[in-house]
Amino acid sequence: MIAPSSHGESIMRYSAFSVFLNALRANKSWQPAWRSPVPKNHYDVIIVGGGGHGLSTAYYLAKEFGITNVAVLEKGYVGSGNVGRNTTIIRSNYLLQGNNPFYELSMKLWEGLEQDFNFNAMVSQRGVLNLYHSDAQRDAYTRRGNAMRLHGVDADLLDRNTVRQMLPFLDFDNARFPIQGALMQKRGGTVRHDAVAWGYARGADSRGVDIIQNCEVTGIRRENGRVVGVETSQGFIGCGKLALAAAGNSTVVADMVDMKLPIESHVLQAFVSEGLKPFIDNVVTFGAGHFYVSQSDKGGLVFGGDIDGYNSYAQRGNLATVEHVAEAGVALIPALSRVRVLRSWGGVMDMSMDGSPIIDRTHIDNLYLNAGWCYGGFKATPASGFCYAHLIARNQPHDTARAFRLDRFSRGRMIDEKGVGSQPNLH
Amino acid sequence: MSSFRLSRGGRIDRAKPLHFTFDGKPMQGFAGDTLASALLANGRQLVGRSFKYHRPRGILTAGAAEPNALVTIGEGGRTEANTRATLVELYSGLTARSQNRWPSVDFDLGAINSLLSPFLGAGFYYKTFMWPAAFWETVYEPIIRKAAGLGRATYEPDPDAYEKCWAHCDLLVIGAGPAGLAAALTAGRAGARVILADEGFEPGGSLLAETAAIGEKAADDVLGETFAELASLPNVRIFSRTTVFGWYDGNVFGAVESVQKNTASIDPNRPVERLWRIAAKHAILASGAEERPLVFGGNDIPGVMMGGAMRSYLNRQAVAPGKRTVIFTNDESGYRTATDLEAAGLEVAAIVDARHSAASSWSGRAPVFPGAVVQDAKGGKALTSVTVIKDGAPVTIKADALAMAGGWSPIIHLACHRGAKPIWSDAKAAFLAPETQDGLTIAGSAAGLGATEACLADGAEKAARALRALGFSHASPAFVAAIDTATVAKPLWYVRGAKGKAFVDYQNDVHLKDLGLAVSEGYGHVELAKRYTTNGMASDQGKLSNINAIGILAEARKVSPADVGTTTFRPFYTPLSFGALTGASKGRHFQPVRKSPLHDWATKNGAVFVETGLWYRSSWFPMAGETKWRESVDREVLNVRQNAGICDVSTLGKIEIFGKDAAEFLNRIYCNAFLKLPVGKARYGLMLREDGLIYDDGTTSRLSENHFFMTTTTAYAAGVMNHLEFCAQALWPDLDVQFASSTDQWAQIAVAGPKSRTILHALVDDDISDAAFPFLGARQVSLFDGKLTGRLFRISFSGELAYELAVPAGYGEAVADAIMAAGKPHGICPYGVEALGVMRIEKGHVTHSEINGTVVPADLGFAKMVSPTKPDFIGKAMLSREGMVAQDRPSLVGVKPLDPATTFKTGSHILSDGATPSLENDQGYVTSSCYSPNLGSTIGLALVKHGPKRHGEHVTVWNDLRNEYTRAVLCSPVFFDPENGKLHG
Amino acid sequence: MASLIACPHCGPRPKEEFTVRGDAGISRPAPDAGENAWYVYVYLRDNPRGRHKEHWHHTSGCRRWLIVERDTVTHAVYAVVDAAAQGETA
Repeated sequence: MIAPSSHGESIMRYSAFSVFLNALRANKSWQPAWRSPVPKNHYDVIIVGGGGHGLSTAYYLAKEFGITNVAVLEKGYVGSGNVGRNTTIIRSNYLLQGNNPFYELSMKLWEGLEQDFNFNAMVSQRGVLNLYHSDAQRDAYTRRGNAMRLHGVDADLLDRNTVRQMLPFLDFDNARFPIQGALMQKRGGTVRHDAVAWGYARGADSRGVDIIQNCEVTGIRRENGRVVGVETSQGFIGCGKLALAAAGNSTVVADMVDMKLPIESHVLQAFVSEGLKPFIDNVVTFGAGHFYVSQSDKGGLVFGGDIDGYNSYAQRGNLATVEHVAEAGVALIPALSRVRVLRSWGGVMDMSMDGSPIIDRTHIDNLYLNAGWCYGGFKATPASGFCYAHLIARNQPHDTARAFRLDRFSRGRMIDEKGVGSQPNLH
Repeated sequence: MSSFRLSRGGRIDRAKPLHFTFDGKPMQGFAGDTLASALLANGRQLVGRSFKYHRPRGILTAGAAEPNALVTIGEGGRTEANTRATLVELYSGLTARSQNRWPSVDFDLGAINSLLSPFLGAGFYYKTFMWPAAFWETVYEPIIRKAAGLGRATYEPDPDAYEKCWAHCDLLVIGAGPAGLAAALTAGRAGARVILADEGFEPGGSLLAETAAIGEKAADDVLGETFAELASLPNVRIFSRTTVFGWYDGNVFGAVESVQKNTASIDPNRPVERLWRIAAKHAILASGAEERPLVFGGNDIPGVMMGGAMRSYLNRQAVAPGKRTVIFTNDESGYRTATDLEAAGLEVAAIVDARHSAASSWSGRAPVFPGAVVQDAKGGKALTSVTVIKDGAPVTIKADALAMAGGWSPIIHLACHRGAKPIWSDAKAAFLAPETQDGLTIAGSAAGLGATEACLADGAEKAARALRALGFSHASPAFVAAIDTATVAKPLWYVRGAKGKAFVDYQNDVHLKDLGLAVSEGYGHVELAKRYTTNGMASDQGKLSNINAIGILAEARKVSPADVGTTTFRPFYTPLSFGALTGASKGRHFQPVRKSPLHDWATKNGAVFVETGLWYRSSWFPMAGETKWRESVDREVLNVRQNAGICDVSTLGKIEIFGKDAAEFLNRIYCNAFLKLPVGKARYGLMLREDGLIYDDGTTSRLSENHFFMTTTTAYAAGVMNHLEFCAQALWPDLDVQFASSTDQWAQIAVAGPKSRTILHALVDDDISDAAFPFLGARQVSLFDGKLTGRLFRISFSGELAYELAVPAGYGEAVADAIMAAGKPHGICPYGVEALGVMRIEKGHVTHSEINGTVVPADLGFAKMVSPTKPDFIGKAMLSREGMVAQDRPSLVGVKPLDPATTFKTGSHILSDGATPSLENDQGYVTSSCYSPNLGSTIGLALVKHGPKRHGEHVTVWNDLRNEYTRAVLCSPVFFDPENGKLHG
Repeated sequence: MASLIACPHCGPRPKEEFTVRGDAGISRPAPDAGENAWYVYVYLRDNPRGRHKEHWHHTSGCRRWLIVERDTVTHAVYAVVDAAAQGETA
């Protein structure tokens, strides 16, 4: 049960047996899932942001590339950003060549993640259905589903009757925009979001990574055109390479080196209902309004809609958006009318100019950027960390993330799934 | 009647009995009861089962914080799960059922989980269920999901109505307890527009259950007089049964009013709930305080209740909590409960006061045990005794009721919805919100006060201050100043040495040891502890549990509660229904409907409609005997190409553009030239976005020197209008140009086909011969011998000799009828958007199927439309980027099957003949396809790498989703009449 | 974001009547300003934590484009002016 870790301490391996054994010891032998180290003076790599992407990057740096002299600096607590604020959906149903293989890599990593990092993140491949309500939407999903299949990703185009058999409580009889069918990815689903942060944190920590909470980066120190370290609320910390993974605050951090990004920060609200007995098995996305829903293992319906539409760092949104989301929800599932919404919250999304992310070097040669995930960063967590770790370790982009370049806008190589152009609040 | 209802007292109406059922058993209560008080009166304390361990649970509170007494009420589409019995106003015909139990709430097999609890500690599920990997979805998770959740929601649609309203006021007062009433009265007298909102069905808050006098007067008289005066003031609106659930930007508050939640006979013409958005210049938050539970073993056994709740049931509804009550308190509140119990003739077995210096003023019968604690409550489904540690030794006291009085937490939820952080106050031993924020002041016990007189004074004083700031200079407090005489409880976060489970979060079954485990495993941050243990995540959102959890975490981490801090207060203060948030926007009314001025004309001609955005457009017009849509569409296409057809194109966006710089403006808006468009001519225009990609297309006509008429696609009508306005107002304000959308003002009718001119000739007074009105002619015309003026355009989407005639919307149907009549001898037929789509594909004309936001003009064969000479137009600068001019960009081609008996569908991908299916080998995709009755084959348009250079190449049209792999040939996108002979006919 | 926006032409109106476009601090370059100037204009945005000027359109009102100066953290609105008049008052 006790496995040695790289920094000489030992961590307890989690298993049914360990739970049993600890129960017999009145649960008094459990150890911290990760340490609370005092920051060292210098690290080979500092990662700014202890969210999903920062932690997974640290994990893969240590595990895949043997780079363990790494610190993850988090201004709040582990997982306090969007990894703990999303609607927990994973999927790899992307259309464009720049995206599709990347998200499929992420899906494959999800599929083996829990055994890999020894933490049950409740990866649940319960199927994601994107409903279509018009011929044009059907055609767009046909194109998308075929693009997925070209890359070996599972996709099924369901007709109205099939969807009705699966989800008879959707509005099939009185809808303003009748459901015609759905594009389904069976391997899509949900993951217990906080547990992803914790699993990566524990896995990275056990391999020697220092996770430093309550440590806000306030400045980036440069000498001779290179980054030498960061000023933080816990003092200066030196580094060989600096890797940004600050999500909604990416532009704020980039400002510290006078780097302007093709990104705006927007608020996205999410919601959970009161706990209910099993109500809906799959993840379902409405095609005629902004609403997507799944049910957590605890019983709450977890749902969301569109971003509020204005720049914000406030992690809270507007009542009108709440109403829009509820309206779309009831339009899709009339029986929701009597269900109660328990809580709403907001996250700050780094919305890029084409709706796709950036994993790239910057004009400063030991400064790396991972940003622009819009509202789709959670599902990307494993592949983002994996590819970012590759970039940091090898100084070369990973093959599947090659398109996520910062200069793609100036080169005219946008990856625009929606085709709406350089207006972030439309992506 | 049961022995738990007292024979006198209370605010119930014993003359109005109400009949209801619980788990099918008939029961009776009175007007003025809540479901909870009625259940208690009927001797029903056990009403639910907990989430994880399925422990028997009773009624704990008398208000919104209730974690245990969650029931399912209503039948069919009115079923409401997880309803707090404490907030349900009792009515005749109410049906309530217990939840999360099988087979019954009295005997629940799920209770076996309690025995396994050592293995089910906080976060146990993160450490196991990982092997074998496939078992999570197939075995473990389904069991967990089935066990989890609380009530069961219905799948039936809700039969009731909801509505939404705005309200505006000078002062919004939230909560009609002492502070709120005083604030409202102060503001009412000052002449301000006041809204007083309270969640209860009877305003009054704590005054409703208060037996002590206020100054010279009985509490009930103070309440009665205040309320009577408020009711007499026309500038005061009292919203009872209204919960303010959120504070939003701009000082807008969300509130939900229960309109018909207290009756079984619902009037269908009125809503059951009403959502209010209240825009208030200022608000007084007088939401009161929540009493804290105490954490000891078995503190969840039915019969254990909050002391204040006990008082409320006793004094409001005349319900005895039990026959023999023990009070466990660490402040004065416990003594008030004891006083009231004894006054009602009920036995108080002991007052267990955790403080060593207990109250000296106690003059009742019950013995007081200072410095003592209740360590464990005993009993299974009902309390039987408590173990008290008195002078270091355990004493067992028999009791069937136990009151907990652990001090008070101000209810500051709403004050923290916009980012304010609660601050720990050692003096008040509580978290307080900033007392004054922009637009909001906290008053009364929500601000940490205790005594009723002090709350009345505080509400009055703060309202007066806020009103003076709003300009009501004469506002003065309606109650005199008073000193807060209440003492503050010394926090007792948990009792040491408990044998039984000591619950912190009742509903989620988080107990003391779970929080200890969280700290020792590194999840000691208040947010991590919440997420790891689920403390505070239940439907009460930690109203009772959070403060104790914070105290317990603080002790475990050896820091002050100030260092632990709170989790974030977020909307909603209490859960609210989707129905209230949705209002009337549901079912077919989810979105408004737009109908063309020719909708009725299409209807009477038998159209089948299709939703296109908000519009309904006619798809096709089936004739007798036609059973499949394709039969109708094929016929319409052939008839238009052979004779003539009439089609409603009114949904296209239409914009009138005026001004002496209108031509210059259009020249900058379109990538092709418009400056020299002659008067009387139409021109096809291509509009780019600033990033060089095509935004929209359409024809724009010059009707006079400074008057243009633009058409846009149906989908982009609103977007184009916004874009034009942005360019004119923000980019080029110096240009003299104005716009008016006239989409709804014109009925626009396409008349197409070789006989179209002949048909129109019967209506149009002007000369429309080819010589007088050639292709792309555009001008005002006289119709019906001068009876009507319209606009005629010789433009063609079908590729036929064709016109579009625009007439004022109100004349649309009559004109369409006239065209049909004139066309009858020439074989005219109405055609819909499906036939239009076939004809445009035959001609290779593009729509937003091709203009999909990723194409530049050259991709669609429009390279020559991009003016090389214009100095500037939107999109010009970005068109030359490397990726935009790359040779392998997908470009427009036609595609048709090698064997006309085979077919393909839009969305299929294109693979080179024989290539392995892979993303790398993907050559492009089919953007549009149809069956062409003129060619006798499926045809399609596609965007294919190097497309124009590959005409004649054989490819596979790959549709793996449908197992359809069609061998096809790439070709010119113009399938029909490439010389445009018909167009110019 | 403020629930009500004070349109200089229409008075305080619900936010839902307006459409937001984004950063108003950028001006359209001259046609020949060069690739980089155009890249900056089309793709880079000021994204401050704090005061920010944005283009908002009173879509369901007077249909004027406005410049709204507001705070991206508190959502307070400081000023609203007509976009065409920005030089005079902003």
